[in-house]
Amino acid sequence: MAPQTFSITVDGIEIAATAGQSVLEAADSAGVYIPRLCRHPDLQPSGTCRICTCTINGRRSAACVTPAAQGMVVENNTPGLTADRRAVIEMLFVEGNHPCPYCVASGDCELQALGYRLGMVAPQQPYQWPGQPIDATHPDIYLDRDRCILCARCIEASRMEDGKSVFGFIGRGIAMQLNVDAEGGLGETQMAAIDKAARVCPVACIVIKREGYEIPNGARRYDTAEIGAEIEARFKGRTP
Amino acid sequence: MSADLRLEIQQIVVSFGSDKTRMMDILIAVQHRYGEVSSRAIELIAAALHAHKVEIEETASFYAFFDRMPRGRNRIRLSKTPVSFMKGAQAVAQAFETALGVGFGETTADGLFTLQWTSDIGLADQEPSALVNGVALSELTPADVPAILAALRTPAPSDALPAYPPGRAEAAALPKSSIRSSLVKAGPLLSNPPSGPAGLLAALALTPDAVIEQITLSKLRGRGGAGFPTGMKWRLTRKSKGSEHYIACNADEGEPGTFKDRLLLTDFPDLVFDGMTIAGYALGGREGLLYLRGEYAYLWDSLQGALSERRRKGLLGPSIGGKSGFDFDIRIQLGAGAYICGEESSLLESLEGKRGSPRDRPPFPTERGYLGQPTAIDNVETLVCAARVLEKGAAWFTSLGTTSSSGTKLMCVSGDCARPGVYETPFGATINELLDEVGATDAQYVQFSGPSGQAVAPKDFGRRIAYEDLATGGSTMIFGPQRDVLATALQFTEFFVDESCGWCAPCRIGTTLLKQAMEKVVAGKATLSDIASTEALADTVVRMSRCGLGQSAPNPILTTMKSFPELYEARLSKAAFEPVLALETALREAMEVQGRASVVEAV
Repeated sequence: MAPQTFSITVDGIEIAATAGQSVLEAADSAGVYIPRLCRHPDLQPSGTCRICTCTINGRRSAACVTPAAQGMVVENNTPGLTADRRAVIEMLFVEGNHPCPYCVASGDCELQALGYRLGMVAPQQPYQWPGQPIDATHPDIYLDRDRCILCARCIEASRMEDGKSVFGFIGRGIAMQLNVDAEGGLGETQMAAIDKAARVCPVACIVIKREGYEIPNGARRYDTAEIGAEIEARFKGRTP
Repeated sequence: MSADLRLEIQQIVVSFGSDKTRMMDILIAVQHRYGEVSSRAIELIAAALHAHKVEIEETASFYAFFDRMPRGRNRIRLSKTPVSFMKGAQAVAQAFETALGVGFGETTADGLFTLQWTSDIGLADQEPSALVNGVALSELTPADVPAILAALRTPAPSDALPAYPPGRAEAAALPKSSIRSSLVKAGPLLSNPPSGPAGLLAALALTPDAVIEQITLSKLRGRGGAGFPTGMKWRLTRKSKGSEHYIACNADEGEPGTFKDRLLLTDFPDLVFDGMTIAGYALGGREGLLYLRGEYAYLWDSLQGALSERRRKGLLGPSIGGKSGFDFDIRIQLGAGAYICGEESSLLESLEGKRGSPRDRPPFPTERGYLGQPTAIDNVETLVCAARVLEKGAAWFTSLGTTSSSGTKLMCVSGDCARPGVYETPFGATINELLDEVGATDAQYVQFSGPSGQAVAPKDFGRRIAYEDLATGGSTMIFGPQRDVLATALQFTEFFVDESCGWCAPCRIGTTLLKQAMEKVVAGKATLSDIASTEALADTVVRMSRCGLGQSAPNPILTTMKSFPELYEARLSKAAFEPVLALETALREAMEVQGRASVVEAV
């Protein structure tokens, strides 16, 4: 039996959705881009970043964890939502240490790309200067926690895809950090560079050694196209 | 590493059925046996459960009452709230510091004492208060400090750490440990309580559906403040498919200024358990869970005693009240210091032994709650109301209060007033009426429904306590004309920084940024544009946060901005711009290092 299909509207555009899809997945299929950061298409949504927050049937909800339902009315691309999303991106920039101009991920970083897409110029909020030590104990991977945005992708990937539980959170609130499953650092865990968990980091917290500049600056994903462009390329409809 | 430690921890894990979902109990046992949850202990717990260290550490590092390093044998936790400060907590703190020669957050060299501040411990009507090895002490003065320390120095019969949860003997050994009842005014709900389980017996004479119908007819709504109709919650839970159905009682009363649940659990435990058992019957459940905040661990013995007594009387266990087929029992789950666990989905996570981070909804707990099964989560006061509704009828309940808010509300009054305590107040009463009753003649404002509620100024004292006007969980903190409104808003904002779970970015980071912004305001360094950007930031945190904590964390700032704009204006900096980074200060160190201090002078 084919799954139930119905329609929802996103910014007045009617799109098809299937039972079981989230609002974000339905929008993706229709080529309507809802900005998101922590969401990875291969992983269960964690809902940590809240960037995909939309006004859904009049209430603010994160599109990645809201199941699509018949007749839903979604506001996505509004000045208010863009401003709020930009403010949260800005918070992530000041929480960590994100020196784009000399960061290994520049041009390939989803945080940076969203900063551009949402029109962030320079953070207005004060920097928090975390100053956490780099973990370079692993022969093939290093961890720069100052660039971690606590998205939970690597945690989910390690547990659900790699079957390893290399990562977890430690502490709470503003003191929360990424933790690894060994006292002596990443090098003492079962982590391997071919793990899914090593390939899902949206920023440059989990970095594969000796690969950083294989693709030169200027030729990377978001150097050539805006984040979300690949989703919008699927759009077949007409904007009202 | 001693082989003993491995064996002991294995025994602890086995004593909780080697069940990962009992992680809170396992960690509490380890904490109080060894005085810390060390990395080695975590490894051993992980090994005993065939789990990863990183998973155990997630839970162990989340709760304020678990220590990751050894601390003093005796733990003195002093309540840090605006109300405790107005009642002299700082002087008590200073007396402890002077007597012990250490500051807060520190441990004495002999390893006997650690001093710590803690969030509100549910004694706002009897501040300054403290938890000493889990025992609550109230109405402390600096003069009490020597006797408390002397009692703690009296040699223990063994090397074992103080018992936890603390029992009556531990409490009796400490001065100021007899907490007086907080009940100042009983109304229809708390007057003439039945001598037996009248509500439960009345319920058992009905079908479960008819019980839910009675609750629905009574128009009972959740007393935690959100006001969800209890009858509907029970009906949804009963209707949801599951192998088990659970009733969870939310006794994680953490909202600063609230202490009614402590009163109910102390003075009326049987009404609470009647309510839970009635709910269990109505939902088709076999197990009820009472999530008791770690700060109330000293109630453990008396609550367990009440449960044993009920088992003896056939009010818990198989075929309750002679009703064959209705088997039901109650387990108490102790928390470990996390305000967020009062949020119902965080409470479920904690019940399952995990970090208290909220869940995304849907699915709602009524569909998928504790262990993935349909669960109704009700406030302590709600369950007491339910027990009395079944006893006295829905019509009795709807005859009280207003059309949309039936019954009464237990108001927890503290701060600048003559008679703090719990007042059972009919819904529809005005704040003015309540203030008259408690002897607060010159309130500058009322922090209504706790820091997550709102700062209500005198012009709004005519508003009514009711779901349709000012909804409340009960916390009512009164601030007199001598209090600094903005400094208090900052202190409440700090509370949310301490208690944010960290899962979602807007709350995790936003609360800290709001605190910093408010520090600038209080210091008189904020400009007009700072105020505007603080308000914008606060609005973003409200709109983007995942759960009620983040959505209400900016309220102390937003509602004081609304009620007292003139106070913000008076504190403004005259400068058009005050940099976050003071350039001269920032450069001074570098210049000194370079031996160019004279340059600084020249600037």
